[in-house]
Amino acid sequence: MSPPDAAPFTGHDLLCRRGERVVFRHLGFALRPGGVLLLRGPNGSGKSSLLRLMAGLLRPAAGELRWDGQRIEAEPEGHRRRLAFLGHLDAIKPALSVAENLGFWWGAGGVGPALAALGIAALAPLPARFLSAGQRRRLALARIVASGAPLWLLDEPTNALDDEAEAMFAAALAAHRAQGGMAVIALHGGEAPPQAELLAFQPATTDAFDEEGLIEA
Amino acid sequence: MTGVGFGRLLRRDLLLVLRQGGDALLTLAFYLLAVAIFPFGVGPEPQLLARIAAGLLWTMALFAALLSFDRLFQQELEDGGLEQLALSPLPLAWSFLAKALAHWLATGLPLLVAAPVLALVLQLEPAAIPVLVAALALGGPALTLVGAVGAALTLGARRGAVLLPLLVLPLYIPVLIFGVAAVDAAASGLAARPHLMILAGYLLATLPLAPWAGVAALRLALE
Repeated sequence: MSPPDAAPFTGHDLLCRRGERVVFRHLGFALRPGGVLLLRGPNGSGKSSLLRLMAGLLRPAAGELRWDGQRIEAEPEGHRRRLAFLGHLDAIKPALSVAENLGFWWGAGGVGPALAALGIAALAPLPARFLSAGQRRRLALARIVASGAPLWLLDEPTNALDDEAEAMFAAALAAHRAQGGMAVIALHGGEAPPQAELLAFQPATTDAFDEEGLIEA
Repeated sequence: MTGVGFGRLLRRDLLLVLRQGGDALLTLAFYLLAVAIFPFGVGPEPQLLARIAAGLLWTMALFAALLSFDRLFQQELEDGGLEQLALSPLPLAWSFLAKALAHWLATGLPLLVAAPVLALVLQLEPAAIPVLVAALALGGPALTLVGAVGAALTLGARRGAVLLPLLVLPLYIPVLIFGVAAVDAAASGLAARPHLMILAGYLLATLPLAPWAGVAALRLALE
């Protein structure tokens, strides 16, 4: 067990392989309470893969991810309980209303405040099929806010958001961090959150075989 | 905040069925039409229809069930819902079971209600009708569970809708054999109980095995 001020969420010497291609290797990180890890890099450099590794959707080909010193594979359900994941897809059912969509994931209790935090409280009774792309993204972010999970894993969270929504997201993220919450965010452009630790990904170069016969990116 | 539970997932899927309706109604309409069309092919003699009624009602139930599976997980995969379910604290096996149960309630239960009516039309021995219902009630959920595994396995596959029947139909044969045997036995005054017991056994075997296989297939589709 690590002392309380140490990083609860760490990655050690991670190797990620998609098919025969090595997406990244020897990757490590340490995330402290209130910390943000910002993933930057060109398309296809492995930002999304790292997020999926962190969520447990993928398994690292080598290396390990730890929470409080415990490997996350040792208790996958406990790990899922403490994370909220936002991928490229918004997981919204067009036939359900905005409030029903959000309430499905985290119960009806937190729906109001979470929608208000992203400025879409007025849309609550509207069927989700009428939402614009930006409004859908706001609803997906409201799901993250409503989760109350200590670890946010966000893949391009500000896609399709307007300036107002970006500011609201920044405020929600700041509130999350103030309570000791952590976030890993893959961002293509846009403004970095304050005091974020940067993890830069190398661009995928010409494929080359390494000594193990793997294609090295 | 409380994450997704079995009951909430079941309720939401049923709500989606109510709002969208399409798939469930299509399955029932196919069943009614397919059975109704048969006498045009084989002739309307009551003795003949009564003799083939059990087999007809069962085979068409299999085909109707097969029609309904391709959207079961496909939609969830495409809209990101499956990813979120896999990351929710609810074990994916329970999500699989909840979705399969909702699917059976939406597509299997209407067939169960329609079958006795169709049986009367086909002049099936009235004494056999309760056995038909019991056999469909035991065999139907098993068909759904096996079909759901097929749907999970063909996720993301090209021509999944064609591949799925090829994977699933061989596993349906025991249900067909004992489902028909139960009804035939009841129609000729023999004991249907042994056949029903075998159907119950098949259901009890698929209940833990199908989620286990289904979850493995779903996780593969998510990688």
